[in-house]
Amino acid sequence: MAMDSLSVLLLYPVNAYLEQELDRRFSLLRLWEHSPPDSLFRAHGSAIRAVVGYPGHKVDAALLDALPSLEIFSSFSVGIDHVDLSECRERGIRVTNTPDVLTDDVADLAVGLAIAALRKIRQADRYVCAGLWKAKGDYTLTTRFSGKRVGIIGLGRIGLTVATRVEAFDCPVNYYQRTKKEYPNYTYYPSVVELAANSDVLVVACPLNEQTRHIVNREVIDALGPKGVLINIGRGPHVDEPELVSALVEGRLGGAGLDVFEDEPNVPEALFTLDNVVLVPHVGSGTHETRQAMADLVLGNLEAHVLKKPLLTPVV
Amino acid sequence: METTPQSHADEKPLVFLAQPLFPEFAAALAGRYRFVLAADADSATSAEARVLLVPGLAPVTAQHLARLPALQLVAGTSVGVDHVDLDTCRSRGLSVTNAGPAFAVDSADYAVGLVVAVLRRVAAADAYVRRGRWAADGDYPLATKVSGKRVGIVGLGNIGSRVARRLAAFGCAVSYHSRSPKPSSPYTFVPTLLDLAVGSDVLVLSCALTDERKYMVNREVMEALGKDGVLINVGRGGLVDEPELVSCLRDGALGGAGLDVYANEPAVPPELFGMDNVVLSDHRAVITPESMRGVLEVITANLDTFFSGRPLVIYRSTAMLRL
Repeated sequence: MAMDSLSVLLLYPVNAYLEQELDRRFSLLRLWEHSPPDSLFRAHGSAIRAVVGYPGHKVDAALLDALPSLEIFSSFSVGIDHVDLSECRERGIRVTNTPDVLTDDVADLAVGLAIAALRKIRQADRYVCAGLWKAKGDYTLTTRFSGKRVGIIGLGRIGLTVATRVEAFDCPVNYYQRTKKEYPNYTYYPSVVELAANSDVLVVACPLNEQTRHIVNREVIDALGPKGVLINIGRGPHVDEPELVSALVEGRLGGAGLDVFEDEPNVPEALFTLDNVVLVPHVGSGTHETRQAMADLVLGNLEAHVLKKPLLTPVV
Repeated sequence: METTPQSHADEKPLVFLAQPLFPEFAAALAGRYRFVLAADADSATSAEARVLLVPGLAPVTAQHLARLPALQLVAGTSVGVDHVDLDTCRSRGLSVTNAGPAFAVDSADYAVGLVVAVLRRVAAADAYVRRGRWAADGDYPLATKVSGKRVGIVGLGNIGSRVARRLAAFGCAVSYHSRSPKPSSPYTFVPTLLDLAVGSDVLVLSCALTDERKYMVNREVMEALGKDGVLINVGRGGLVDEPELVSCLRDGALGGAGLDVYANEPAVPPELFGMDNVVLSDHRAVITPESMRGVLEVITANLDTFFSGRPLVIYRSTAMLRL
């Protein structure tokens, strides 16, 4: 079966290199070039055998119904909470994601956000760039990052990589996950609330599913407390966002570094005037190097599928 | 001036101040020493001063020192002592102490924070969000990975060695340049600053400012670091040719910079304000309660050792500069 006979639907222009290569290697359809989208499904739905998607577009029964010949869904992400896996499984559709290649970037950002939030790096930059640094005697005290207790929700690939980095800052590492494992240097807590109560920095690094939705709720935020800092590099729905916002505005939570939000790209404006938060637009894997590697994984998975070889990074 | 009977056992030791103490320091040190601001002292009192405590970074010149004929110790509260006339101290046989390793941890943390903030565009991406551009204009442009970058550290002392350890944990390949190699260090020694810049993606300055090192990071070094290279300075502004830095950044000859120090603080070249690849701070790397407590311990240890008549030696966490 020739590669270029594989009809691939790309749901969104996530990455120029990916799009270019999909076009070059396969027979590419672009969802956004059809208005309304239904017209594409009517015209080409039954020919499409592969879909390349991303977290912003749900893969549910409705989409799958429109693509009766679909064989494989390849997500340009490691999170696959936007995919109805049981529907895919039932219909025999393979699903792949992009693990490992983005682990370093996400962990780097998590630690960078924690330092930035505690040391108010962003506020310093705004202060200087606004021409406000007039006298050398003016100073803002911020608290040391090294040695802070770091609590990680989910010691998977990303969580463990965060742990290794913060250990170099002499941060004691605590964690919570469904099953306790033997980590001689890390302290397990049997609940997120206890983890939060015993940590200064709480990092969300677990997958999003039914059990972990709003895993950071008011009780957890209160336990983290007025000197605690929340770092979310998971998914917006991991955190009860309205509770988070009011805790930050009222000073019941010390600070936050947020890469994800419940309703991206919308970010609660009440956060915009706060100096103890760092807000970034879902850039966890947003580097040239990593996006290229993610694209290569998507392409590699599709090629393996065509060649009937084992998929590189299957989820289903 | 008071004329009270001399009762040495009751009298707190006299410490001259080059500048007023920070409020946190004044509170902590008040009960232990008798402070006199050098500028306010008459010549009789000045003739008694054996110790000059130097809060902050205002210059301590030959003239200031000349007014204190009995001076034996100049105690700085910072790590850098380039604001003190060390030649005069040397020729008069004065001891000079600094903050030792008290600030090293916070300096190193801030340097790493700047590395991530510049390479991953954290400050610029945050501004993008707060200006509503994520909803209006779509995703923020791609940045570059921190992990795996080649990091060159200038000065592998207390601060540099901590920066090295932290960035090595980020998967960076760490090399360093210093006056001489450190055999116990696991990192690669590079004999010249220029060679270090050629072989690095990120150059971190964490060394003292001396006459030989003034403006050592010049256009040649910055061009060697290159259009994707990033300069991080938590040392002293004087280590860098600042006008050349600005033009290298403007021309794209240098890829980015994270700066906590400048040639003429608090003046910062305004051309840097709008650059997304530049993160600036107001010399705050060590302004934490933890560093303040640390330097107070160093100061009191040094002063108590001095006043007890014991010879000043390396005392636990303190460092005496070998002049």
